[in-house]
Amino acid sequence: MTEHIPDTVENASATPEKEQPYDALGLKPDEYAKIREILGRRPTSGELAMYSVMWSEHCSYKSSKVHLRQFGQKVSPEMTKHLMVGMGENAGVVDIGEGWAVTFKIESHNHPSYIEPFQGAATGVGGIVRDIISMGARPVAVMDALRFGDIDHPDTLRVVNGVVSGISFYGNCLGLPNIGGETWFDSVYQANPLVNALAVGALRHDDLHLANAKGVGNLVVLFGARTGGDGIGGASILASDTFAEGGPTKRPAVQVGDPFAEKVLIECCLELFAGKCVEGIQDLGAAGISCATSELASNGDGGMRITLDNVLLRDPTLTAEEILMSESQERMMAIVTPAKLEAFLTVTAKWDVEASVLGEVTDSGRLIVEWKGQTIVDVDPRTVAIDGPVYNRPMEYPAWLDALQSDSPSRLPRTVDGDDLKGQFLTLLGSPNEADMDWITNQYDHYVMGNTALNAPDGAGMIRIDEESGLGVALAVDANGQYCQLDPYVGAQLALVEAYRNVASSGATPLAVSDCLNFGSPENPEVMWQFARAVEGLADGCLELGIPVTGGNVSFYNQTGDVPIYPTPVVAVLGSIDNVARRLPSGWQDDGENLYLLGVTADELGGSAWASSVHGHLGGLPPRVDFAAEKALAGLLGAAAREGIVTSATDLGTGGFIRAVTDAVLRFGVGARVWLDGIIERDEVDHTAALFSETQARVLVSVAREDDVKFRGLCEGRNVPVLRVGVTDAQSHSIDVQELFDVTIDELSAINRATLPRRFGAVVGG
Amino acid sequence: MRVGVVTFPGSLDDRDALRAVKLGGGEPVSLWHSEHDLKGVDAIILPGGFSYGDYLRCGAIAAHSPIMTDVIDAANKGMPVLGICNGFQILVEAHLLAGGLIRNDHGAFIRRDQKLRVDNTDTPWTSGYSVGQEITIPLKNGEGGFIADDATLAQLEGDGLVVFRYVDVNPNGSLNDIAGIRNARGNVVGLMPHPEHAVEAGFGPDTSAAMKSGTDGLTMFQSVLAASILS
Repeated sequence: MTEHIPDTVENASATPEKEQPYDALGLKPDEYAKIREILGRRPTSGELAMYSVMWSEHCSYKSSKVHLRQFGQKVSPEMTKHLMVGMGENAGVVDIGEGWAVTFKIESHNHPSYIEPFQGAATGVGGIVRDIISMGARPVAVMDALRFGDIDHPDTLRVVNGVVSGISFYGNCLGLPNIGGETWFDSVYQANPLVNALAVGALRHDDLHLANAKGVGNLVVLFGARTGGDGIGGASILASDTFAEGGPTKRPAVQVGDPFAEKVLIECCLELFAGKCVEGIQDLGAAGISCATSELASNGDGGMRITLDNVLLRDPTLTAEEILMSESQERMMAIVTPAKLEAFLTVTAKWDVEASVLGEVTDSGRLIVEWKGQTIVDVDPRTVAIDGPVYNRPMEYPAWLDALQSDSPSRLPRTVDGDDLKGQFLTLLGSPNEADMDWITNQYDHYVMGNTALNAPDGAGMIRIDEESGLGVALAVDANGQYCQLDPYVGAQLALVEAYRNVASSGATPLAVSDCLNFGSPENPEVMWQFARAVEGLADGCLELGIPVTGGNVSFYNQTGDVPIYPTPVVAVLGSIDNVARRLPSGWQDDGENLYLLGVTADELGGSAWASSVHGHLGGLPPRVDFAAEKALAGLLGAAAREGIVTSATDLGTGGFIRAVTDAVLRFGVGARVWLDGIIERDEVDHTAALFSETQARVLVSVAREDDVKFRGLCEGRNVPVLRVGVTDAQSHSIDVQELFDVTIDELSAINRATLPRRFGAVVGG
Repeated sequence: MRVGVVTFPGSLDDRDALRAVKLGGGEPVSLWHSEHDLKGVDAIILPGGFSYGDYLRCGAIAAHSPIMTDVIDAANKGMPVLGICNGFQILVEAHLLAGGLIRNDHGAFIRRDQKLRVDNTDTPWTSGYSVGQEITIPLKNGEGGFIADDATLAQLEGDGLVVFRYVDVNPNGSLNDIAGIRNARGNVVGLMPHPEHAVEAGFGPDTSAAMKSGTDGLTMFQSVLAASILS
């Protein structure tokens, strides 16, 4: 072992000609030149480490920034009414009334989850939960949106098992209820699964904390787990570069998570907040100390001086550069007044959390990092954290898109034969993307904390926030890569309206959006075009619906070989509900209730589950979006839930009408008789469209007979098209589609539940 | 009646247990693992979670935390003690209950609404049930497989110390479908499923009457109040 000799600012000034491995750290030659220009000298190896991680796509949003601005520009006063903190902080904060606020965010951990599925997914949960704590909130629930490869590919088993058990392990050990999510299988995700984790937290208005370092002389405290050599990846290049002898060190690129450390850290942070011990706080995620110090300083008084000698290390052989870049989990950085330090350390000691003071806030405008008495970093923190490179990447309309869009599903054969339609229905129901997800969700605890009012398989998750009043929030996450492949602008909007409708169907009022934008390489002009269109669609859609995007995340470079994934903008919508006792499940429990279809049906089968599962077809155009109809529908559902005149509401999404009926029947195992004549006559569609079309702005509701008149009056008053399409039947134990086919619940359930266990193993009690 | 709930680092269902005590009519009292202070409680609950990250073995480190000497002392003097899930594991590690708990036979964490049969009502925690009564409460664990050597198992069965048994589905490979047991005196009970998550309509398991309306666990928190009045 030889001692690592740090590269000092003095040394950097004296040796301008020294060659630096910027290329291996992911920096382009012009970016490296820019850093030299900013500093007026070559960067030290520590500075190079900082710039390289902070200017990475992941941290700097350099390719997406110019497009994401729309979320801040396309905003109406209606949209900011409930917004306490918008985009740019760790997570957006939304006022839900009664002095309560909630903060939520969805973030990707895609690439680590392919390399090491268990730890990749686990630390994805850990990272997003720390974002929530950083706002001063108690995390109250998690959700996840997952994309895996072909269910029959041998490697899918490895990834699915790892990811699901990673989420299960970390989330369950944190004591956070997992209240839902969604999962798709498609070969475009084969070597690039998507793991998007969402967390939501609750706080009193007064408890809001922001990530800034203000107050000259205030202390910079690092606390939580010790800093180790995990998640460093590239920094080992720097280390080997300056070792006097010996080969390069090998450090793992994927972080390792310890949910116990994080659970203790959560409780410790909440006690620190309660004791007013913290001025500003930031979690350590990507780029570790580099990110936390440069962001805190940039957002505060502009300067900070720390010494790395005070960082508590798990591995004493770490070099300064590695300490700056380490992504060791379960760490936080707080700004603490000297007067509060003792109180701060008392709380951390109570929770057996280690803490060390690294330095202090200054007004020098410089972030200075020292190591063994020498200055190894001296930069303007804004040049690291905020004023990174911005690219207006070339875009190109995909050469293949016209052909794909003109390959309409109208060429696919259709039938009016009852047995054939039944066969198609059962094929769809057993297909991987329509199958029952119990195999996954049975591994998640949704009970812990005792406030879960709705969870999977209901279309939205719901959490009680105030135990006295019953005030709560609902959340849904949705995305449809197939729709986005056909039209990324409309596809992104379809994800938005689907999540919006799911929240409304729970009885809650949609308030805000968080998004996780998963795309291929931004250096591919066709992918960049898809990205730009999706962002534009989402921003336009949010403006139409009057709900703001409060934060989120962009994940580029998702591809299997040279093939980019389908554009997959995952959209999370959050809503509030005055009293969770008024919530609506996505299925009925009682006999003899009337079933009503809200909304009209068009022949829209492009990108549908019917086209893909029955015909192996993806082409044409996705369903149209009608924001006015979605808003009217949401308004109606909210009113109906408040007045208690519907007993359940089931969103019509993939698989169309018959799929929604199935969801609602399987929810509590109570059957139904339904008829298609009304839909076919009024909307002038055929049997296939009546059963399987994926027209938006439709919801199936059940209404007790005594509320029938009231309900119809409500629909009329709000101008929402309504059609009686069936009755619930607790005796039949089947779905009877009159004059076409009937299927027993046992058969439906068996087909729907068999798909995942067949590949991944039995469900307990299944 | 004051019912204490011990919070260890990594306890997760501690607030849920406190809420259940309150809904049952008792006075909930928070206890802290590192203090030798039972705050004058009349009964103690060790809640679910992953105390000390389940390092070494589930419950093994918590069983040696400072407050446990007081808990063991109180249990030996007859104070009602209930261990739920991780709390059950702690009681086993502390030798207040027999047997052991191992990884579920199917290898994965499982969360399900679990049907149980109450086999013993001669405890302060189950006196409100009737023998043979079937209840449904949530189960959620990764290491809930109950094991014991032949002699211990024979003794548990012979002395009628099995309090709860899994019905219809054995979710983790537990011997003799054992979900919960008691000590010989009857004051100490441990079980893997979570009664504290079936105490409030709207947030419990689904029933045929209404979603999430199951409150079968509440009886345990009410039973213990009756016990104190008797004693």
